[in-house]
Amino acid sequence: MEKMKLVMIGNGMAGARTLEELLKLAPDLYEIEVFGAEPYANYNRILLSQVLSGEQSIGGIMLNDVEWYAGKGITLHLNRQVSAINRARRTVQTSDGKTAGYDRLIIATGSTPIVLPVPGSDLEGVVAFRSIRDVDTMLEASVKFKSAVVIGGGLLGLEAASGLLSRGMDVTVVHLAEWLMERQLDRAAAGLLQESLEAKGLKFLLGKQTVELLPAEIPPSPPLHPQGVRRGVPDASGITLSQSKGGAITVAGATISSLKKRGAIAVADATIPPLKKGGTRGDLRVGAIRFKDGETLPADLVVMAAGIRPSAALAEAAGIHCNRGIVVNDTMQTYDPRIYAVGECVSHRGVSYGLVAPLFEQAKVCANHLAQIGISRYSGSATSTKLKVTGIDLFSCGDFTGGKGAEEIVLSDPSAGVYKKLVVKEDKIVGSVLYGDTADGSWYFQLLRDGQNIRELRDRLMSGQSHLGSSGHQGRNNASSMPDDMEVCGCNGVCKGTIVKAIKEKGLFTLNDVRKHTKASASCGSCTGLVEQILASTVGGAYQPADVSRKPLCGCTDYTHEEIRKAIIERKLKSIPEAMGFFEWRNVNGCASCRPALNYYLLCAWPHDYRDDPQSRFINERAHANIQKDGTYSVIPRIHGGVTTPAQLRRIADVAEKYAIREVRCTGGQRINMLGVKKEDLPKVWSDLDMPSGFAYGKSIRTVKTCVGSEWCRFGVQDSTSLGIALEQSLDRMWAPHKVKLAVSGCPRNCAEATIKDVGIVGVESGWEIYVAGNGGIKAEVSQFLVKVKSAEEVMEYAGAFIQLYREEARYLDRTVHWVQRAGMDYVKARIVEDAAGRRALHERLTDALRDEKDPWQERVRGMEAREFVPIRLQS
Amino acid sequence: MSEWMRICPLEEIPRLGSRVVQTVKGEIALFRNGSDEVFALRDQCPHKGGPLSQGIVFERKVTCPLHGWTIQLDSGEAVEPDHGCTHRYRTRVDKGEIYLNLA
Ligand code: SRM
Ligand SMILES: Cc1cc2nc3c(=O)[nH]c(=O)nc-3n(C[C@H](O)[C@H](O)[C@H](O)COP(=O)(O)OP(=O)(O)OC[C@H]3O[C@@H](n4cnc5c(N)ncnc54)[C@H](O)[C@@H]3O)c2cc1C
Ligand code: SF4
Ligand code: FES
Repeated sequence: MEKMKLVMIGNGMAGARTLEELLKLAPDLYEIEVFGAEPYANYNRILLSQVLSGEQSIGGIMLNDVEWYAGKGITLHLNRQVSAINRARRTVQTSDGKTAGYDRLIIATGSTPIVLPVPGSDLEGVVAFRSIRDVDTMLEASVKFKSAVVIGGGLLGLEAASGLLSRGMDVTVVHLAEWLMERQLDRAAAGLLQESLEAKGLKFLLGKQTVELLPAEIPPSPPLHPQGVRRGVPDASGITLSQSKGGAITVAGATISSLKKRGAIAVADATIPPLKKGGTRGDLRVGAIRFKDGETLPADLVVMAAGIRPSAALAEAAGIHCNRGIVVNDTMQTYDPRIYAVGECVSHRGVSYGLVAPLFEQAKVCANHLAQIGISRYSGSATSTKLKVTGIDLFSCGDFTGGKGAEEIVLSDPSAGVYKKLVVKEDKIVGSVLYGDTADGSWYFQLLRDGQNIRELRDRLMSGQSHLGSSGHQGRNNASSMPDDMEVCGCNGVCKGTIVKAIKEKGLFTLNDVRKHTKASASCGSCTGLVEQILASTVGGAYQPADVSRKPLCGCTDYTHEEIRKAIIERKLKSIPEAMGFFEWRNVNGCASCRPALNYYLLCAWPHDYRDDPQSRFINERAHANIQKDGTYSVIPRIHGGVTTPAQLRRIADVAEKYAIREVRCTGGQRINMLGVKKEDLPKVWSDLDMPSGFAYGKSIRTVKTCVGSEWCRFGVQDSTSLGIALEQSLDRMWAPHKVKLAVSGCPRNCAEATIKDVGIVGVESGWEIYVAGNGGIKAEVSQFLVKVKSAEEVMEYAGAFIQLYREEARYLDRTVHWVQRAGMDYVKARIVEDAAGRRALHERLTDALRDEKDPWQERVRGMEAREFVPIRLQS
Repeated sequence: MSEWMRICPLEEIPRLGSRVVQTVKGEIALFRNGSDEVFALRDQCPHKGGPLSQGIVFERKVTCPLHGWTIQLDSGEAVEPDHGCTHRYRTRVDKGEIYLNLA
């Protein structure tokens, strides 16, 4: 069958991303032809700022080089501008006369910088900041000239200015508004920003309107005059001189050499091209800028960074409906169904985006429809901004002006150079501006995008997520001030420099990309925030925070944990192959991430019918022991509530001697660990121990720590030991999304550390306080108060119900804290505290699910899964 | 002299699972994937020597139990972005019996 023809106009970031996404979905559907007006293949436009400042080279910012296109069988035309689209014939035509036919067309022409319509804007040395060519022009000028003026104090303007400054130019930023970045920052933050940029050496003229750009001054008339040129009157060779009120003389109609002959000295000839036929003042170099108030300022280079406009003229000329941008629907289709548009040239629901994160989302949706899958929609994006100037931390997202019904939470510490503002409306974050300390920017942005209710977080919002204690990177939580050789990821030994390098060289935009390429934050995840900050400060607003509100189970599917759990129950899916079949898993056997998750979801949904799949469990759960670095295993028997007996201790001692166990130690969970057991010996060790498995290896019930309590302790007001043992017995052999730890303390001194446990119980005179969702591990989280009850029986019911709710609703590998953060304490209270019938039902489901679980060690002692433990020995 | 050694019937290895074979050349992990293909690798991860036999098997890959590297069963090569290789041995299945070649 003949392939359909796909033509793309514009080969920038959005267009090329669309092709990448399309080829992932449907590599063979189209024959693809691409027209790009620039002489380069696809490059990372965002990093032009770093190229300008010298932190990056042109070669280093290529995203898809010419070979990539060739390798994918795509015909790529560089340096070819499409000048017309013929929709009736379904062809496009280039300005050099080439035509190409299409079945589907993508318009990805980006946008055009706005050039102020003032006299002199066509002078040599007036540039925009958009393409490699512009950067080349600026770099050239920075070598030859001294003074630069940047018009526009927005994101782009400031990046250009600081780049030119680091190239040794004397730079002034001219801005029409009263303060910098007025669309992203409020006045206070902008003030701090301006101060630190001034400290670096930039100058600012605010509230200034540019009215004219003046050509370079030619030395006063005398040296010219003798050659017979009279002011205002063209001489024999067509040269006109004029003199402004300020005394500056401008020249029109001259060539450099002709002026030189006449004695002009201050002209840099190499940069002023010879006069073309019908030449204008544009052949002369800019020399100064004049403002509405009459003031002038010398300028050898003028960078126009006064905004951009969607490049929609081509589409408009072809009769495609445009309204500023090319109007598209939620599937990125224009009014002509064969024609799609993505990127900055687009107007979607009235919005044109100028940052890549939303454009990449558009690309994904567009590709999905071009691939004829047709299930995804683009519904607009919230955007965030990050200024990419080294040493400056600035973040803003959403609507920071607030408006009616909004309240502001502001923290301002000018001496420390820190300013933070959160705008909250109806308990939700609607905007944020951070200066100086942007560590929590991505957290706020995530809360904003998720529309999360922040009522309970309120007290902690300002101190931020990064203050909640996380271990493994020396407590550092500010990426930009970290030196390159400082370790960010303690698990995989990855330094900041390595991450930055990978982001720049490999063109990474997402946390997942960084994880894949560097392993940073791929293990325990405690450095995720730092890695996100490094990403944000390297790629600016292009950074795409992981969308946790819609998290596919893993790379094998696009469906979320929640969707899959729901379907397992509703569709009565009862095995891993059935579930994968139903959701059309991309990989036949799934992978090491999704199989254990599915196994748990099925087990939780069908506790009595589902046949556990050992091959979909991590080795620890398959072998019912923890694998150690040398391939041996550890054995931790269950010691309910931490209370043991001489008989148990004697057996443990005997086993340790019999099997020459290398180390016997007390664990942090109040029990005893025997380390260094050979896998083959495990069933024998378990048999001799004759104790139940402690499940120290599982996403399961772990321990219930207790303190001595009222039986012995002079302060004890409740019998914490008995309650702890009863709780642990009632939860024996329970699998869960992640490990579950409990503790019971006999009084508020809380020796069992109940307030950092998944469920913590604290005895008080009149009963028991129940706390939930604490965690003492990677990121310490103090648990939250759930309810106070009178009796031990009530504790069993409330705790059991809470744990069952967690088992039924959390995502695999969520600890209780992660799940409660998403679901909200209000929700948990509504289900556990306020709904008595619901609570009892949950508790009953838990008891029922556990009723026929057997002790895995004793089952294996009796011969179950025997092969797992025995190696094959060859005779010879 | 034939270097092929008969090891065990195919069913002795669980599907999407593995068994360890102790040989003169050390421990070798024998894998059976979802399509009943059989592969043999030295039972040592190229990363820090983790026992690959204890990993999770899918397609033609196994994920190491210690730090999660994924190793290609048919070549012994680590999957990007990791780099490294573990020795691969030849296997064949004949009339339901697995044969291993240590050469
Ligand atoms: C044995 C023990 C250390 C010790 O010698 O005391 C231990 C050992 C391990 N812990 Fe732990 N943890 C032990 C108590 C703890 C505690 C303290 C506690 O339970 O009171 C914590 C903090 C409390 C908490 O979880 O909230 C703890 C937080 C972690 C974490 C971080 C969990 C988190 O959500 O932040 C991990 C990593 C993970 O699970 O992903 C971990 C993972 C591990 C693993 C399983 C790593 C692994 O996957 O191989 C270690 C296994 C060693 C082994 O083979 O035995 N261990 N670990 C403790 C066993 C207690 C027990 O009797 O079962
Ligand atoms: C200096 C700079 C810094 C930036 N920093 C950030 C940042 O930190 N974060 C962020 O998110 N975004 C940033 N941006 C914005 C980001 O680069 C753009 O949003 C993004 O590149 C837009 O992608 P696009 O594909 O729509 O357009 P472009 O990338 O501009 O691509 C459009 C392409 O189409 C070509 N074209 C146009 N018309 C035709 C035609 N008729 N025929 C053939 N080809 C044509 C153009 O030459 C161009 O190559 C920055 C931009 C600049 C310039
Ligand atoms: S026992 Fe826990 S803290 Fe100690 S090294 Fe292992 S995982 Fe880290
Ligand atoms: S030893 Fe295999 S991943 Fe580390």
